Amino acid sequence: MAANPMYQFNVYRIGPEIKINNIDISFTNASLFMVISSLAILIIFNLGTKRSIIPNKIQLLAELSYSFISKMISDTAGSKAKPYFSFIFSLFMFVLFCNMFGMIPYSFTVTSHIIVTFVLAAFIFIGVTIIGFIKHGLGYLKLFVPSGVPMVLLPLIVVIEIISYLSRPISLSVRLFANMMAGHTMMKVFGSFVVSLGIVGGWLPLGFSVALTGLEILVAFLQAYVFAILTCIYLNDALNLHH
Amino acid sequence: MLKKIIFQFLALSLIFTYSAQGAESGGMPQLNPEFWISQIFWLVLTFGLLFIILSKFILPKISNNLETRKSQILENIETAEKQREETEKKVKEFDKIINDTKVEAKNFFNSERQKVLDNINNKRLSLEKDIEKEIIKAEEEIDQLKKTSQEKVTKIAIETSSDLVKQLIGEDINKSSLSAIVEDLSKKEMEKHNGI
Repeated sequence: MAANPMYQFNVYRIGPEIKINNIDISFTNASLFMVISSLAILIIFNLGTKRSIIPNKIQLLAELSYSFISKMISDTAGSKAKPYFSFIFSLFMFVLFCNMFGMIPYSFTVTSHIIVTFVLAAFIFIGVTIIGFIKHGLGYLKLFVPSGVPMVLLPLIVVIEIISYLSRPISLSVRLFANMMAGHTMMKVFGSFVVSLGIVGGWLPLGFSVALTGLEILVAFLQAYVFAILTCIYLNDALNLHH
Repeated sequence: MLKKIIFQFLALSLIFTYSAQGAESGGMPQLNPEFWISQIFWLVLTFGLLFIILSKFILPKISNNLETRKSQILENIETAEKQREETEKKVKEFDKIINDTKVEAKNFFNSERQKVLDNINNKRLSLEKDIEKEIIKAEEEIDQLKKTSQEKVTKIAIETSSDLVKQLIGEDINKSSLSAIVEDLSKKEMEKHNGI
């Protein structure tokens, strides 16, 4: 049963069944890894707040991540995005830690579930749209009308722009979910090949498995970064309307 | 290209494993809505709490730390710069003092030497004057002595010769003729004596 590469994505209840108004909100392994990731982030960054002029290693880590995300936001969305720094920081760290905890064998990858990534992406999409309308009023609709387009093409372009805008949450969530799921499935498949081919032929898939582990750690970081930077780009569209 | 190959491989292997594990219930667990609500609930709860704690407590502290460090570094650089400038000023002052002292010492030395030289010169001049005076006085005295001595010698010669003549002859001779003879003789003697 454990040889099924999709088995690792199964969600199961831990502890008692919790039901409020007939809605099941039981604590599952997914919830467990969300809690673990959040706690790890809080512990690491809380240790990194020691007030000292010369930072120790954890403090350096915390401060470097701070400046890294701060620089990323100011590079992509400008200085107007400063108030959203905490949100993007939390988002990046949450996705990164969930991805990284998923790399531990027998653990669970929270971000490999479409519902989780979709809720995050939908929240970002709705939030960015609200921010856009608050900042620019109905002028935000100019986002769908690029300047310098011939009148003949305009109806077509507007339709395309609207579709691409509406598909943002889907592309954002599917990108993260598919990357995580594909990577973990692939690792599982190569792992089972090692077992099935045995001591004679198992070395090749074993090498692949090792290489894939490195690749997956890279992907785990990269997808968190892409998730955060796309959020910044969407935020930039809402804050600095320049179409 | 590589990605395509890997995905084809993945698809093939999926088919392979599915056929091998035919009894398993297939499909993606992600699309099973049984725990969707629970996942959303826990995501909102954990991410919400994470966001609130990070933004309220942890991130301000980190940003504060970074700010303090930045300002402290700037301050330190400023103080270092100030101190460097002060040091340069002090070095300049020190050099100036040394130079001034050197010039002063030279001046003092020169003036003192001049004074000593002047003093020596003055003393020498006055000494020379005194010596000259003494010389003149001595010359005068010598001249006087020469004159008086000649007269005296002549007188003595005349008297001696008159006395001698008186003793020899026993009578007085005319003094004027005697003196003429003596003078004439003494002149000859003098000339002979002086080597003229």
